[in-house]
Amino acid sequence: MAIAINGTDYAVPDDPRVSLLDLLRERIGLTGTKLGCNQGACGACTVLLDGERVLSCLTLAVQASGRQVRTIEGLAGDGGQLHPLQQAFIDHDGLQCGYCTPGQICSALGMLEELRRGDPSHVTPDLSAGPGALTRDELRERMSGNLCRCGAHNGIVDAILEFADGGGAK
Amino acid sequence: MIPFSYSLAASERDALAQIAGGAARFIAGGTNLVDLMRQDIERANTLVDISRLPAAVAETSDGGLIIGAAVRNAALAADPRVRARYPMLSRALLAGASAQIRNMATVGGNILQRTRCSYFYDVPGSRCNKRAPGTGCDAIGGFTRYHAILGASDRCVATHPSDMCVALAALDAIVHLEGTAGKRSVPLADLHLLPGDTPHIETALLPGELITGVEIPPCPAAASSTYRKVRDRSGYAFALVAVAAALEVVDGKIGEVRIALGGVAPKPWRARRAEAALRGRAPGRDAFLNAADAELADAEPLEGNTFKVALARNTIVAVLGGLAGDVA
Repeated sequence: MAIAINGTDYAVPDDPRVSLLDLLRERIGLTGTKLGCNQGACGACTVLLDGERVLSCLTLAVQASGRQVRTIEGLAGDGGQLHPLQQAFIDHDGLQCGYCTPGQICSALGMLEELRRGDPSHVTPDLSAGPGALTRDELRERMSGNLCRCGAHNGIVDAILEFADGGGAK
Repeated sequence: MIPFSYSLAASERDALAQIAGGAARFIAGGTNLVDLMRQDIERANTLVDISRLPAAVAETSDGGLIIGAAVRNAALAADPRVRARYPMLSRALLAGASAQIRNMATVGGNILQRTRCSYFYDVPGSRCNKRAPGTGCDAIGGFTRYHAILGASDRCVATHPSDMCVALAALDAIVHLEGTAGKRSVPLADLHLLPGDTPHIETALLPGELITGVEIPPCPAAASSTYRKVRDRSGYAFALVAVAAALEVVDGKIGEVRIALGGVAPKPWRARRAEAALRGRAPGRDAFLNAADAELADAEPLEGNTFKVALARNTIVAVLGGLAGDVA
């Protein structure tokens, strides 16, 4: 079995202890996904696994066998044009050092799909009605698994809101 | 290199056959186990992957729900039946961890996750009776803001970290188990053990036994229920105190009432004394205070968490007041 990463098949590592994060960075050379805490607390290693946002540091690569992984390297268009959410992060200064950015962007894409499905969050007032529009409170709660030590959170929120308002949440 | 193997279970029976012997562990979402292995706390040499076993939320014949052990926390929180009938369970799940972790973590793994006591995690620097039986407990006399005030012992004061289990305890959930000796069921409230003299024995599971599902009996009162988590920051943090509660008022008197506490004990803490103090009484601030005090009468706070007694008391009163519709 293989792991499809950004549309290309890669062999599952022989050693089952290898995390998906280490497979990406150390064995394939896709260093866009970042290693932060390596214990599930920071969100820097967030990738999309079959479309769902997960932490690649706590995922064993072998558990991704037969599945689709999408990383920050898989977002730009064929001609190299940035994904609209990447562009929105630049436009709104949604980063300073940039270390958390790949995780923030992958997380936001997964988050918007959860919102489109109507999944509630901790701050959704009416569980049965669901979240409705993406308010700043909803966005902040839903992105709370991604830390930014530079403090670019306001720009991050603005970037995601602009992308969502532009049709990204549809 | 230390020999290490991994295999994917094709069925529950297959998983049970593969787990026999050695330092084997079931792995599902891996959100706790992978971390514990990396920290050298768990030393498995064999992983049996149960994350791809069939997992669904289904109706039971009596109007309850049966949740497959491999159902993801995110999927359970979003299930329309859980949101409508057991909102405290959705709220508890959504208050826990981060969205990424909820997408990975399973119901079975959530139940069996281990304490986040920092002394338990500090392998090179701290003594821990849970990690290394008989060595001592450096939490006692240490930094105990996050530790237990109920049900602890002089060997261990660690708390159980789950939010989901607090709601499950309040809902009388039943855990379905399967082992080589057959199937059995255990109330969730009896699954986790208090530390006593053996804090390293954390659950009633037998060696090699697998959680296959969790059953939630019907509970009409739970349609009006909630979960409130008090923590040091509003997102992505473990509870200082959490309260799951359901309250039914009939003809001005409290009928069905369910209360469970998180963040205060080594296990999800069903507050049966508080419930008993409330049944048949008129709802109101005095009744809620009286019930909270009944539950907390045996609290034994540590130097660093004396505040938790008042915090738990106030949170219980506020949650019950909210459910009763008055200003608490």
